[in-house]
Amino acid sequence: MSEAALVPGRQIAVSRRTGWQRLVSHRDWQGFWFMLPAAAILILFLAYPLGLGVWLSFTDAKIGRPGEFIGLDNYDWLSDDTVFWMATAFTVGYTVFASTVKFVIGLYLALLLNKNLPFKALLRSIVLIPFVVPTVLSAIAFWWIFDSQFSIVSWSLRHLHLIDHNINFLGDPWNARFCVIFANIWRGVPFIAITLLAGLQTVSPSLYEAATIDGASRWQNFRFITYPLLTPIIAVVMTFSVLFTFTDFQLIWAMTRGGPVNSTHLMATLSYTRAILGGNLGEGAAISTAMVPFLLLAIMVSWFGLQRRKWQQGSE
Amino acid sequence: MTDTIVQPTAGGILHDSTEGMSYLDTLPKRIVTTWIPLGLILIVLLFPFYWMVLTAIKPDEQLIDMEHFNPFFVVGPTFKHIHKLLFETNYPIWLWNTTYVSVLATAVSLIASVLAAYAIVRLRYRGAQWVGGAIFLAYLVPPSILFIPLATVVQRYGLFDSPMALVLVYPTILIPFSTWLLMGYFKTIPFELEECALIDGASRWQILTKIVLPLAVPGLISAGIFSLTLCWNEFIYALTFITSVQNKTAPVAIVNEFVDGDIYRWGSLMAGALVGSLPLVILYSFFVEYYVSALTGAVKE
Repeated sequence: MSEAALVPGRQIAVSRRTGWQRLVSHRDWQGFWFMLPAAAILILFLAYPLGLGVWLSFTDAKIGRPGEFIGLDNYDWLSDDTVFWMATAFTVGYTVFASTVKFVIGLYLALLLNKNLPFKALLRSIVLIPFVVPTVLSAIAFWWIFDSQFSIVSWSLRHLHLIDHNINFLGDPWNARFCVIFANIWRGVPFIAITLLAGLQTVSPSLYEAATIDGASRWQNFRFITYPLLTPIIAVVMTFSVLFTFTDFQLIWAMTRGGPVNSTHLMATLSYTRAILGGNLGEGAAISTAMVPFLLLAIMVSWFGLQRRKWQQGSE
Repeated sequence: MTDTIVQPTAGGILHDSTEGMSYLDTLPKRIVTTWIPLGLILIVLLFPFYWMVLTAIKPDEQLIDMEHFNPFFVVGPTFKHIHKLLFETNYPIWLWNTTYVSVLATAVSLIASVLAAYAIVRLRYRGAQWVGGAIFLAYLVPPSILFIPLATVVQRYGLFDSPMALVLVYPTILIPFSTWLLMGYFKTIPFELEECALIDGASRWQILTKIVLPLAVPGLISAGIFSLTLCWNEFIYALTFITSVQNKTAPVAIVNEFVDGDIYRWGSLMAGALVGSLPLVILYSFFVEYYVSALTGAVKE
């Protein structure tokens, strides 16, 4: 300011910068204006509902009636509800089982696609199609494939003389569980394979050549080159995969709607049934909120579990 | 779909020329270790689509008579189911709803994400790092735990049963992803370009529209394509917020409106699933590279 006092022209420039000019040109204010649209949408429709959901879980809100605070009654009620515990157990089992299989097949497919193949780009685009097609629509196709009377799977097995009557795929609790898990794996494998493939393509082939000259086997090539270099991307991909599997809704809703006898309810479908179809918003919100600790745990395990190995190798 | 091969790679991640040590594999070995497993996986991945197409063009009597006709093939294909779908149901309206909600939501989120990503990467206002982290966290909040409170919010704003509700809500899924992806793209644009423009007296807005955006077009396409497919695929919000038949989106409408007890419903159901998937698959086949770079770019950051 002392300099400005010496130069009259500068003084004017400084004073003009206050007020409106300051609002449009100061870096922090500019940042604020640029962030405004995104922040408004995310706060109004994401952060606020997230908080509201937790609040709703402590009320007895029904559709069309704002609820009153009832403390932990919803949770108390749910803790005695066998359907809720069944849904929780199935959600955990569904996530663990489907994610593991998806990871193994996805990694295997990525390794296959990373080989020197003709039509590589075409193959890669074909592999991703199950991920592009809307889940509900492919789930409907699976519903038809697993039909109790006209299932093509039953038909084929019957004509191969492996079974003598149709399998009741979606009518029997355990069959239905495995069918929805299969459909989930089918849809999830392409995502994992393609993202891991992108990671594999950054690994230089000369590393394998060097290791092979040193006498490394194929398994050692994989275990000591591919896997360590891929670990960071595996961590991210699996975090997403676990997250989306755990909160799955569409697939179950299109194939079984939680049936038969609630055996395939995930927590998401159960909360929809209770909150929107049953009208008990508070109870549904409590089920949704109960998913949060599991999600945090899943993120922590897949994130930190795999990150730590990266530190142990000293690559950081 | 073949012309996708000659397209230049969008993200520059993929170069398929590396031969590595594959020349050491003999042909029989390669068939057993590569082609057979790959073929099996591809058959399983593609069979539901084959089945979808086949069912959609099968005449009714072949659908349920599996003893006289081999179910894996079709004799005398018919467009009856697709014709019925397009001219006797509300399907065109539902497709139109899906399209316009997806396009509007994508546009809204692209504008918001461009501004946000630019501010986080280049303006570097106080706390920009934290905001970037918060946006990544928003990415991890799944719709399944938000739809109940959002239903009450939407109701309170008077948007219940209106497509506008979806246009406003879908960006919550798209903005975190697009912002994160565009941040990566903006970071690759040389800082010096902007410094030159600043010295020449350009405002931040001019820099964004005249320098940064033209250079980030591949990123914008990637984010746009991926956002469109996410919107098209979205289910739980559309199922919860839209109740009247003529406002529904195609995925929800198929599940709710086509399911009558009819034994012949499979033909029209599969036709609906096929017609609902085709626009996306066509869009995808034109922009495979952009789609893949969106998918992998968002994960790699």
